[in-house]
Amino acid sequence: MRRRLHRPTTLVAAATAGVLLLGACGAGGRDDDGGGGDGGDGGGGATAPGVTEDSIKIGAHFPLTGVAAPGYNEIPTGAKAYFDYVNAQGGVHGRQIEYVVRDDGYNPTNTSSVTNELVLEEEIFAMVGGLGTPTHSAVVDFLNDEGVPDFFVSSGSLQWGDDPEAYPYTFGWQPDYEIEGKIIGQYVAENMPDAKVGLFLQDDDFGDDAEKGVRQFLDDQVVAAERYTSGNTDVGPQIAGLQAAGADLVLSFNTPSYTALSQLVALRLGYEPQWFYTNVGSDADLVGSLLSRFSEGAVEGGSSSLDGVMTTEYIPGVDQPDDPWVQLWQKVWDEHGEKGKLTNYRVYGMSHAYAFVQALQAAGEDLTRDGIVEAMEEVGADLEGPQLAPFRYSSDSHLGISGMRVVEIQDGAGEDLTPVLITDIGDAEIVEDDSGQDGDAPPENGVPEAP
Amino acid sequence: MAALRTRASAWWAGSILGRHLLVALLGLVVVVVVLESSSDFRNLQLASMAYLGIAAGGLTVLTGLNGQISLGHGALMAIGAYTTALLLDDREASTPLPLVVLAAVVVTLLVGIAVGAAAARLHGPYLAGATLALAVAVPGIALYFKEQLGGEQGLRVVLPDIPAWVLDLAYFVTGQDLTRSRYVAYLAWLTLVITFVLLANLARSRVGRRWRAVRDDEVAAELAGVHLGRARVSAFVVSAAAAGAAGAMMALTVRLAAPSGFTLTLSLTLLSAVVLGGLGSLAGALLGAALLTFLPQVVTDIGVDAGLSDIRAAELAPLVYGVVMVLVILLAPAGIVGTVRTALLKRRLRRSAAAQTRTAGTNPTAPGTPGTPTTDPATTTSKGSTT
Amino acid sequence: MQQLLNTALGGLTLGMVYAAFALALVLIWRSTRVVNFAQAPMAMVTTFVALVIVDAGHSYWLAFAAALASGLVLGAVIERVVVRPVEGGPEINAVILTLGLFIVLHALAAVIFGNRYRSFPAPFGVRGIEVGGTTIALTGFGIFTILAVLVTMGLLLLLFQRTDIGLRMRASAFNPEVARLLGVRVGRMLTLGWALASVVGSLAGLLIAGGSLVHPGYMDSVVVYGFVAAVLGGLDSPFGAVVGGLLLGLALSFVSGYVGSQLVALAALVILMLVLVLRPGGLFAQTAARRV
Repeated sequence: MRRRLHRPTTLVAAATAGVLLLGACGAGGRDDDGGGGDGGDGGGGATAPGVTEDSIKIGAHFPLTGVAAPGYNEIPTGAKAYFDYVNAQGGVHGRQIEYVVRDDGYNPTNTSSVTNELVLEEEIFAMVGGLGTPTHSAVVDFLNDEGVPDFFVSSGSLQWGDDPEAYPYTFGWQPDYEIEGKIIGQYVAENMPDAKVGLFLQDDDFGDDAEKGVRQFLDDQVVAAERYTSGNTDVGPQIAGLQAAGADLVLSFNTPSYTALSQLVALRLGYEPQWFYTNVGSDADLVGSLLSRFSEGAVEGGSSSLDGVMTTEYIPGVDQPDDPWVQLWQKVWDEHGEKGKLTNYRVYGMSHAYAFVQALQAAGEDLTRDGIVEAMEEVGADLEGPQLAPFRYSSDSHLGISGMRVVEIQDGAGEDLTPVLITDIGDAEIVEDDSGQDGDAPPENGVPEAP
Repeated sequence: MAALRTRASAWWAGSILGRHLLVALLGLVVVVVVLESSSDFRNLQLASMAYLGIAAGGLTVLTGLNGQISLGHGALMAIGAYTTALLLDDREASTPLPLVVLAAVVVTLLVGIAVGAAAARLHGPYLAGATLALAVAVPGIALYFKEQLGGEQGLRVVLPDIPAWVLDLAYFVTGQDLTRSRYVAYLAWLTLVITFVLLANLARSRVGRRWRAVRDDEVAAELAGVHLGRARVSAFVVSAAAAGAAGAMMALTVRLAAPSGFTLTLSLTLLSAVVLGGLGSLAGALLGAALLTFLPQVVTDIGVDAGLSDIRAAELAPLVYGVVMVLVILLAPAGIVGTVRTALLKRRLRRSAAAQTRTAGTNPTAPGTPGTPTTDPATTTSKGSTT
Repeated sequence: MQQLLNTALGGLTLGMVYAAFALALVLIWRSTRVVNFAQAPMAMVTTFVALVIVDAGHSYWLAFAAALASGLVLGAVIERVVVRPVEGGPEINAVILTLGLFIVLHALAAVIFGNRYRSFPAPFGVRGIEVGGTTIALTGFGIFTILAVLVTMGLLLLLFQRTDIGLRMRASAFNPEVARLLGVRVGRMLTLGWALASVVGSLAGLLIAGGSLVHPGYMDSVVVYGFVAAVLGGLDSPFGAVVGGLLLGLALSFVSGYVGSQLVALAALVILMLVLVLRPGGLFAQTAARRV
């Protein structure tokens, strides 16, 4: 009896020791592998982690599992296809791009641990396109403390670029939610001054930043603001609230699946306002395929189901098969993609992969972490690419694409309602873009040169 | 010499606390050696193993020793983590770290009293359902009180600067500079060791005996003068306090408290950790936490090597947990540690039985029969399921 | 006024689905004294079976029937292979086991069917019905949902109260030893109970999915709400489950519409705790005190 009593604690100690030693042994082995990579870079003169004479290792965190995974998990497949395409053309400065994607399940705890793994163990040169506001918030301090370039965060939150002093290594990519809200707000104020505006908002920074932008122009036109919680698919009560407030123009800041859900609920309620979805939620192709199923012609089939809906556009998508950029993406996807067809999520992934390749070109042969950041601050505003408006990168701002145009969806494709409008956060004026980004086409071989 | 040995063994047998402290000291030495010899990445990974281990330790006491199940420990961790985040919101936050952790524990403990009082009236599936609802409901509170709790983005946690004396001490002992990740790992493991010593002592004390009595036979326990409700609530509160400490360590490791970190998955994960390791065993809880920390990476890599896409390979880790959890309940309800322990005991029993038949005449099972239900928590779960 | 009505109607339809799910939980509880936390992913898997059939170009009703049939098989297989060994054992083992199944089925579905949103067809209109010039939030499919759940409840009541087999199922659950002595083939009754419950669960899955979007996690919140609904009704009574589902659906819909959708789960928790503390036997308990 007595002899037994102490066994559990001994076992604790034994297990602790065993497990810890196991972990430690693992660490030893892995580190050796990483060290081998570092040893090979003597010739090129580049000394940055993750870079050798013939390779660059970059990483990203995406939700591949869990509730946020549907849709978003396609973005890295697009980016990977484009990097493979570039590698097949000989890479950048003779270096092949190795793209390591880790799943964080949209859970900041996991983001933190996979980012540690990417930076400390995989020794990536840079983080490229890590997705999500709460998730990326968990690692942005760490990445900047370690001096890891943190490029093109896949989220429109302001914090990725409005304060380069706090986060010198972090760069946004897509237009932030606030300028999207401003451009939409001004368009509505000028063209629909009598509309009673309802806001349908995702309950996070996406909805909050956008509401701030919209209210700069429309504060007295807004009759109701309803928020939905991502993950709760019953939006009936929220749409009923907008209907009750008498909103005849609904500005929706939501993800594509919630576009489909809000359309379905509106049918149920017999609610027929003018809908204005943001770029994020207006993926006509995806929403159309989601809505096409429903019977009795209640919803017209295919991508025309969003006809008459207004939205914005900052990169060309799969609804414009004649656009030279989309043709390039289609070619890339056919040659290097996985199963499945080209989607707007994949186009998004390819578009930021394109920008990253161009950043690598701009940083030159002697690639260093600080070098690529400096290069982006110097020439980032001149990057070519599918984006309709230029980036805002400078030493004062790391915010991404500066503008977009308002379009109305007809036959599943956008018809321009305005030229490309650019602006910045805060009180910056909204003006027409004259950079010519809109009309450009990719180079013949599909791989960008340094700007 | 012989007298000394007798005295030492008498002390060893007599002083439970002393023995636990000695083991803890040994554990700390191991921790120092391992943390000093591993990379920053491993340090952080070990820190997450530690906070999972703390929470699993609390849960295994509740489930294994007291027979209550909780799917809500993720929510309790959230309370600890948010308390920490609120106290460490900028670099000027002057609250010393031990006080922060203590505050996290106390707040969670208070919540634990409320939940435990409600839970004490519930059994098995009802308790599981109620705590499940708790796990799902708590993150919504952080979303609703966006101003105070940061909404979906959560609250940043600013790790205070490492005190100079700690840096000096670390340099004096190890001869190398203390990095921030290693500092966090030390904090987490120190907390783990303290928590485990406290839990182990409680489990061996009169309180622990009451918990087990209630678990094994309520009527008998009540007849013996144990207040059922009080025993249940106290077990829940102790377990909640451990979850609070785990939440605090999680906040320091991740440097963020956000609702999406405390989904139902976290609570289910903790439960699978204690089931894998063996209900009621602290060693098992630690082993379970280790598996949860290190397994996903291994499994995902195997999946990718086997030709699965990243997306599908990422689903393999939960699949493996689930399958192992089902198999453990079906085949080895005592968990890994319990099964190993039973096998060892059986072998020893057989050997001593053989020895005793040789000396003949004595009753082979009388002295020190191991595995009686009151001392081996693992057998509760195996009792019925083998029928 | 219209918002009030529409929120109520939305809650009614949703409540019916919770009711269907609660019915499945009640069935298993009555036959094996186990709360099946894996009910939601089981229903999700059968819904995906239906989706595969629809995708192959077959009719909705064939897919509907196939989903129910696969539910029957899945329920029986799971009971025989996985649940049987823990029946009669400590309650906690069965709970952990069904949670393990929850994780397994979830991951398996994501590996096999892919983790993305897909739309699920509905056999009737998804447009609200017009009454006197205004549209009310009740669709053809919504009416089908309500009728289907009411009919299911009726059939279950008949089964348990009027048929021999129902009596035997109850006896097996209540006291397997005695039932066995009386010549009931207890094992079969338990399997039958799980199989039937799984069919009802599949029905709930199809009703939630109809005219909406599905992905491997789409049933997850229903585990909690279905459980709360079942406990509201006493966990033992099909009628109670339906009433519980309705009340919960209405309550949650109003919380979502008038307080905030973030607090829906918290509202469910509060309702659950109130019921467990004030009326542990459910709203319709005949005996005031019962061990819960």
